[in-house]
Amino acid sequence: MDILIRQQACRIYTGGRNFDRNLPCVVLIHGAGHDHSVWNNQARHLAHQGFGVLAPDLPGHGSSQGTPLPSIDAMADWLLEMLDALGVAQASLVGHSMGSLIALAAAARATERVKALILVGSVAPMPVAPALIEAAASTPARAHAMINQWSYSPAAQLGASASPGTSLLDINLRLMERQAAGVLASDLRACNSWTEGLARAADIHCPTLLISGERDQMTPARAVKPLCAALVNAAGGARMITVAGAGHAMMAEAPDAVSDAIRGFLRT
Amino acid sequence: MTQTGLFGAETLALHAGQTPDATHGSRATPIHFTTSYVFPDADHAAALFNLERPGHVYSRISNPTNAVLEERIAALEGGVGAIAVASGQAALHLAVTTLMGCGGHIVASRSLYGGSHNLFAYTLPRFGIQTTFVDPRDAEAWRAAIRPETRLLFGESIGNPALDVLDIPTVAGIAHAAGLPLLVDATLVSPALQRPFELGADLVMHSATKFIGGHGVAVGGLLVDGGCFDWEASGLFPTLTEPYDGFHGMDFAEESPVAAFLLRARREGLRDFGACLSPMNAFQILQGLETLPLRMRAHVDNTNRIAAHLAAHPLVEKVAYPGLDAHPDHELATRLLPDGCGAVLSFDLKGGREAGRAFIGALRLFSHLANVGDAKSLVIHPASTTHFRMTAADLAAAGIGEGTVRLSVGLESSADLLTDLDRGLHAVGKLNKA
Repeated sequence: MDILIRQQACRIYTGGRNFDRNLPCVVLIHGAGHDHSVWNNQARHLAHQGFGVLAPDLPGHGSSQGTPLPSIDAMADWLLEMLDALGVAQASLVGHSMGSLIALAAAARATERVKALILVGSVAPMPVAPALIEAAASTPARAHAMINQWSYSPAAQLGASASPGTSLLDINLRLMERQAAGVLASDLRACNSWTEGLARAADIHCPTLLISGERDQMTPARAVKPLCAALVNAAGGARMITVAGAGHAMMAEAPDAVSDAIRGFLRT
Repeated sequence: MTQTGLFGAETLALHAGQTPDATHGSRATPIHFTTSYVFPDADHAAALFNLERPGHVYSRISNPTNAVLEERIAALEGGVGAIAVASGQAALHLAVTTLMGCGGHIVASRSLYGGSHNLFAYTLPRFGIQTTFVDPRDAEAWRAAIRPETRLLFGESIGNPALDVLDIPTVAGIAHAAGLPLLVDATLVSPALQRPFELGADLVMHSATKFIGGHGVAVGGLLVDGGCFDWEASGLFPTLTEPYDGFHGMDFAEESPVAAFLLRARREGLRDFGACLSPMNAFQILQGLETLPLRMRAHVDNTNRIAAHLAAHPLVEKVAYPGLDAHPDHELATRLLPDGCGAVLSFDLKGGREAGRAFIGALRLFSHLANVGDAKSLVIHPASTTHFRMTAADLAAAGIGEGTVRLSVGLESSADLLTDLDRGLHAVGKLNKA
């Protein structure tokens, strides 16, 4: 569906079911240079399992108008405005990579509105290699190649795709190429410059789950642990799940494992 | 060929899309001879039907062996995915019917495989889809033929049998300016010699029966989606941008902006038209695909030698092969086909139809049959076989003469092939003296 937020059209994918605000709401937030479609499997699964799903294209991404917001805090503000626009009082936030920082920032600032927090492929802070930011700004094709090299497990780099007949790396390339010029560089700078993640983590009181990929080179499982430790006030303590064999692009590499982890946690 | 991704073509041809199976560790791709797949439980079954979970339900829609072939060709072409179908003609039909229905219009090169020409000229009109054929070298003709109801531009990387090279960047530019996709039949070049998506094409199809299989034992087709075309921005493709009552009310472009075409083609086209590929054929085609880059180099090497030999022969009026300096598309070929122009060439013998018959009759290594792209060398007389439905005027427009002979050069010793061709030419010489 398309709605207006700040007078700009925003594309929100709802997992193949009409959004029902009376159902428990789950927001799926994509990462840098991506759009809602990275969540296709998880969105459809949750939407068919009793959740109201909102998977927006962030401003300037995918089919949403506007330009990319310059900071994680600005994206978190926008996300909460999206919930306002849809009349959603409370939601669980699920974010991948940059999206996980947005979810963390939003949950820290609107503690009453966030029922649960799930951070996928997340570390805080999230420093981005200067060479990658530079490439994203000057030679996007080089940046896309770097991202593909680092985002997939060794097995997934040659296949076989969980989705029959698809080439995951080429899908990711096309998705990144489809974004307007400057979007990826802007997103990566936003990730790199948001250094408050560990401090904000202490403000999180809702149940929190971290999902990491065993073969993730972008946000390696060992690097997730400081964030997990900083979530000291999360209800029941932050939990961590490692998806066997998966890289950073784990929603595509291991769609069922990620869907099951999210649904299982939200049902507890 | 140039490496553009994480792995070179030789590596992708052997490995892409397959890992040793978890149960037995089989290194080769297993042949999954099964029509259907057991659901672990009722919830999982429902989730598969709802596309909540990826997986196989019924082999008309997808099959694990076919999926390896599909992913492998997608990786080689640089596409987001592919669909394996029963033949190249099934791939073309699937592409057309995914994009348009009654009232649609296609602009196609007039230099086409006879079966494709027949589909466009005679069969699709019966279903309300019209085609305008244009000279593939005439950019203005492509542009002028586009109508409000046009939904597709179509051409072959190298036309069959006149061997004209499609200027993909120019035709793609014309298509995109009109909000239309370009479908390229890349059968005669294969991804070992050309990756049409990098030149601007939006969709690629193959008769996998030809060079991709290479062995001549299995018929099959492949349709690959480049994932670049913006169906929403075009606004001309309601099959991809409006909810489809036949499949969960899905808006395919919203569901997957980069793979909308592929999604609809599989979920509607394979499901309803049913031109699926047998997993046995998929396995056989995979065996050929493993050595495609190696084979194409050898095909091109043999063909260059033969083209030069024929061009210098006094009984040959002209040779059509873009690798030759004299070919009108030679300069274009050096840009678009730097690794070679494939292994199909045609030539006109002095002496017309009878000379062609005498030539073919004298050959021993070249097999006289209706196919191209076999590891074995092949020969045919198009005017009396593959293109027999075309009128003399249509034949001439497609660059086919009464005495045109088409060769598909195989992987035999080049010396043996030249000896065989000389045997045929000797027969022509005797005929012409008589």
